[in-house]
Amino acid sequence: MMLLRLFYEFFKVGLFAIGGGMATFPFLTDLAAKTGWYTQAQLVDMVAIAESTPGPIGVNTATYVGFTVAGIPGALTATIGLITPSVIIILIIARVLARFRDSKLVQNVFYGLRPASTGLIAAAGFSVVLLALTGAQVDSVRGLLHWQGSIHWPGILLAAVLLVLTRKVKQTKNLHPVVFIALSAVVGIVFRFAGV
Amino acid sequence: MKELWNLFFAFARIGGLTFGGGYAMLPMLQKEVVEKNGWATEEELMDYYAIGQCTPGVIAVNTATFVGQKTRGIAGGIIATLGVVFPSLVIISIIAAFIGNFAHLPAVQNAFAGVRVCVCVLIFNAVTKLWKKSVADKAGLVIFLAVFAGSVLLDLSPVLYVLLAGVAGVVIKQLEVRTK
Repeated sequence: MMLLRLFYEFFKVGLFAIGGGMATFPFLTDLAAKTGWYTQAQLVDMVAIAESTPGPIGVNTATYVGFTVAGIPGALTATIGLITPSVIIILIIARVLARFRDSKLVQNVFYGLRPASTGLIAAAGFSVVLLALTGAQVDSVRGLLHWQGSIHWPGILLAAVLLVLTRKVKQTKNLHPVVFIALSAVVGIVFRFAGV
Repeated sequence: MKELWNLFFAFARIGGLTFGGGYAMLPMLQKEVVEKNGWATEEELMDYYAIGQCTPGVIAVNTATFVGQKTRGIAGGIIATLGVVFPSLVIISIIAAFIGNFAHLPAVQNAFAGVRVCVCVLIFNAVTKLWKKSVADKAGLVIFLAVFAGSVLLDLSPVLYVLLAGVAGVVIKQLEVRTK
């Protein structure tokens, strides 16, 4: 029963997440809030691991969430659920490739979808900022209305340094994210970011 | 049958040897699909990739399905897709199974607290990259802001925003045509 639900939830993610791996994130945030299967903090850690291991981020995250919820059967179910809508849609599009590409209607639908997808990722990112920089224990974006936390200045300093390194400095901005994740882990250990 | 195995292993190599998906995957795709196996031309691959970006789902998966279906029909599409997700399933399951044993250690907790800060920055960078491609004009900005504010403040499923935005896109374009 649990696996069936897992399949259904990830089928929905695969069907509605548009624009690559990170687009699955707002849906998984929503799923955490709705089901309590995992916390927002766990999800963020899973994304970090998904970014640091081989393979597409969206697939890695789905596998990880599935495993967390129901072990290896869960990992399989979530991943198959995520890719099923893609496979069906692409198999259909492949048949009518030229017509699909030139369709005004399709272009207009995506004209609306793209900024919406970006908005969803930005909103989910906002909840991660609260979690990482204020220690607010929010399980969903909505939880921020009741958040209690204090600003974590070393974290803000690290974020500022990372922003400069990933966006401004020529020598570092094209490095793979795994480099910055590893660097942040070391900084977290040295400066005891979790306070333990 | 042999071709199906080739598809599976080629895409398993692509999945298992590229970090981060998306653009990081293109050079591997070119090598395996265009140069080594001749399953598609460079132009076809770019088309698949572009469509994979704007259709639902993970881009790498969409591209794999496209190439597989072109080579060996529906079975090819499914096999190539299973190939590209196979390494993730194995690697992530192993990591997930073992990390629980270390999660209580202070060093691990501190490391993840640091890593969360990094994930903020990575998400922010993903948003600004997508922003350039998605928020093209004022109407796009309005949709972005409405969805952002809505999902921060309201308790609604993201699915609803996606559906509404698709309809909004069609309506806005219709109005533009009419006012011209």
